[in-house]
Amino acid sequence: MPTTSITLDETPLVLHLLRRADDALILGHRLSEWTGHAPTLEEELALANMALDLIGQARLLYAYAGSLAGHDEDQLAYLRDARAWRNCLLVELPNGDFAQTILRIVLFSAFMDPCWQATTRSADPTLAAIAAKAEKEVAYHLRHSAEWLIRLGDGTEESHRRAEAALDALWPYSGELFEADAADQAMIDAGIAPDPATLRGTWDATLADVLARATLARPGDTWMQTGGRTGRHTEHLGYLLADLQYLQRAYPGATW
Amino acid sequence: MPEVKTPLWEVFIRSRNGLAHKHVGSVHAADATLALQAARDVYTRRGEGLSVWVVPSSAITASDPADKDMLFEPTASKIYRHPTFYEVPEEVGNM
Repeated sequence: MPTTSITLDETPLVLHLLRRADDALILGHRLSEWTGHAPTLEEELALANMALDLIGQARLLYAYAGSLAGHDEDQLAYLRDARAWRNCLLVELPNGDFAQTILRIVLFSAFMDPCWQATTRSADPTLAAIAAKAEKEVAYHLRHSAEWLIRLGDGTEESHRRAEAALDALWPYSGELFEADAADQAMIDAGIAPDPATLRGTWDATLADVLARATLARPGDTWMQTGGRTGRHTEHLGYLLADLQYLQRAYPGATW
Repeated sequence: MPEVKTPLWEVFIRSRNGLAHKHVGSVHAADATLALQAARDVYTRRGEGLSVWVVPSSAITASDPADKDMLFEPTASKIYRHPTFYEVPEEVGNM
């Protein structure tokens, strides 16, 4: 196992897999941070279950990407510097309060649910098989987080205020989900990945329904954050990676 | 009495088709929908179930433990209520 950071030959397919995998691992890591801190035992297990679903999806995607790029899943997770991570900024932001944690799952899952559904018809059979597993998991994440958001928004004065603040804080990070660069376009043209533009209608409809039931107003069109897909991250990712990668960086190749 | 914001719900899980729902424990939740999700998240993590029921604990009427002797003790002597009490003649074969 190499002891220093790895660099990858990012073919369009490898890059696409890393973008999906990094989203899943980073959000999974964030949700795992709630373990031992969640408001109730029931929600602690719900958050941990979602974290494990996402980390499981990431493992399958890393294993596939690694088989194409010549690395194993651990190397992809533990030996890439922040600039080599391809996740969207939305998933790397700190958890914030419970409302912000829940809202992030809503925004992300409302996109990933139709995305994985469409990917089950991918021309790439390995990716289609991963999508078939992930789609069921993310469908529940969406249902669970949406039910919570409805209760937070339509709950007490304080829960409404917190849900509203979360919406204002995270909304500018939602646009990155729909980005498609040349590499994405190559995957779309090859029938391997869905065009995110075609998922917009479903995402809009989901958000409109959930926000209305949560008595929350959809923020107006605003400038959208960008950069994660090309490795330009917030400072928060560095701290997260320090936590995630510490063991393999300090004790290269350590196993147990 | 203070308002209970997250009352208790009893959880029942059916592990396979054809079996009955079985009581497995309880969860706290604000309403039925969240109780069902909590039950799924807490009690079906290892493939335990195909179907989940939740029932408000307050909806259950329970016997008084103090009535145990009166309610259940008398049956102890009625061993003839068990099918194994009766000897089945050979000629009957398998029943």
